[in-house]
Amino acid sequence: MLMLKNNIADTIREKALWMRRRAFTMVFDAQLGHPGGDFSAIDIVATLYFGVMRYDPTKPDLAERDRFIMSKGHATGALYTALCAAGYYPEDWLTTYMQPNSRLNGHPNRNYLPGVETNTGPLGHGMPVALGIAIAGQITSSDYRTFVLTGDGELQEGSNWEAAMTAGHRRLGNLTLIVDRNRLQQGMGTEETNGLDPLDEKFRAFGWDVEIVDGHDIQALLDVLAAAPGGRSRPLCIIANTVKGKGVSFMENKASWHHGVPNAEQFETAMKELV
Amino acid sequence: MAAPAAKQEGYFDCRDAWAQTLESLAQQDPRIVAVVNDSVGSSKLGGFQKKFPERLINVGIAEQNMVGVGAGLANGGRIPFVSAASCFLTGRALEQVKADIAYANFNVKLVGQSSGVAYGELGPTHHSIEDFAWLRPLNNIAVVVPADAWETAEAVKWAAGHEGPVFIRLSRMPVPNLDVPDRQFQPGKAELVRQGRDVTLIACGTMVHLAAKAALSLEAEGIAARVLNMATINPLDDAAVAAAAGETGAIVTIEEANIRGGLGGAVAEYTAANLPVPVERMGFPGFVPTGSVEWLFEHFGLTAPGIARVARKAVGRKRA
Repeated sequence: MLMLKNNIADTIREKALWMRRRAFTMVFDAQLGHPGGDFSAIDIVATLYFGVMRYDPTKPDLAERDRFIMSKGHATGALYTALCAAGYYPEDWLTTYMQPNSRLNGHPNRNYLPGVETNTGPLGHGMPVALGIAIAGQITSSDYRTFVLTGDGELQEGSNWEAAMTAGHRRLGNLTLIVDRNRLQQGMGTEETNGLDPLDEKFRAFGWDVEIVDGHDIQALLDVLAAAPGGRSRPLCIIANTVKGKGVSFMENKASWHHGVPNAEQFETAMKELV
Repeated sequence: MAAPAAKQEGYFDCRDAWAQTLESLAQQDPRIVAVVNDSVGSSKLGGFQKKFPERLINVGIAEQNMVGVGAGLANGGRIPFVSAASCFLTGRALEQVKADIAYANFNVKLVGQSSGVAYGELGPTHHSIEDFAWLRPLNNIAVVVPADAWETAEAVKWAAGHEGPVFIRLSRMPVPNLDVPDRQFQPGKAELVRQGRDVTLIACGTMVHLAAKAALSLEAEGIAARVLNMATINPLDDAAVAAAAGETGAIVTIEEANIRGGLGGAVAEYTAANLPVPVERMGFPGFVPTGSVEWLFEHFGLTAPGIARVARKAVGRKRA
């Protein structure tokens, strides 16, 4: 059993490494993107798709599928590579990232890409939609799970708190929010801009269970996410402490890599580090 | 001035037709759910709530959340009717309407209640006269403005069966049912209320019966006014507008909305680009003063005599 768990974690680590390399290549080729936020989220997204969620990439509309919503819609490097690795579409689609008429917009569109649950981009939209999905599951007594990933800076949008209040009130145990807590927004730190702490206490006050994990520790993520719904009567908020730009030395913890793009030399250095 | 319409015999509050129709549709189709923002009473959904308590989702006073929840319910295979005062549904949650409903193309029905200046005395914060202009550019949202109780019921039935986003704009102002034989609700098509060749009155919602009344008085003066009920603002029935321009040579638009960007804007866009004819736009020029609905209609000439007056002007411009 222990072996099996290790194997799953190892597989996820391999997928996450591939996603980082592939996402950075997409950003380098397009000279556009949001690699800092991709890299803080990739271990979380990889854990969901390759260790936690139930889905069938050949039937993206299956009623009973688990749902994942990338509320920080700019992290397309993380989402598009995950969906590709999960088998929703072939790898050559990724080479069209942000090209004219590509299905791979700078922000995801469910009408263009199988596996995308809703269109995001403007911040603060994912939580309410995830809530609606979870409520539909509650009404129909379906046992699918709904996962939504928000950025931390994104939580400055009030719509998240409208949704947080309703989720607590309706005791949506089938809903899991993961906060990508990299502590940096576009320009500077979240706490310098409009502080979020104590974030755990805020969610508890709204009627949520809260877990705090290292967002790059695959085994820790697996443990907390795999147990996520499990007959809960309260929604679960996982505060995943992450590092913006995780995995590339010169990008880590630098706000400028929010939408920074690499030159050829930086790209090569990154590829040498991402092994 | 006429007594408040609410007390007139043969006048109906379209919200009753909406609520009854939704209840009967929900009885037949378990996928239908209602989403509200503390607006059970103003949406007349008390009966729905009693019959289907699990299917009435009240998110409280939180419109952004309400519209997003609607999108999520559609993702989960439900057919949500998101019902709230039109001013808040469209204004407060406009980005959710744009991104979560229109751009994501979810099968969600938005129902704007007490639109126009129905909340007359409460002032412009509670008026919804900008909603047409805000929603028309969202090209995949059908914008439907029923003119009476019959059409409200038909529009709600159609919306429930139509796959795609719809905005239905309702009033709380009682209106009479239009006197048109053999009616059939056709989304995207203007309804011919009255034939005529001198000028066309294109109206929607609460204004249609007034336009029909204006046409009667114009007839006595020898002006044959065509009356169109443009119940669908988006997409506009271009063919009906083209026929109006080509066959009658002058158009008056009448809407309980800002004249910029709404029905009048749509008709003027079309005619200016394709078949330029005199177009007079009736409605509101911007924020309106405080007053009852009846006073506001009177003040801005949104009455049968007021419409007839503007129609004469349009005919005069044609001859000039």
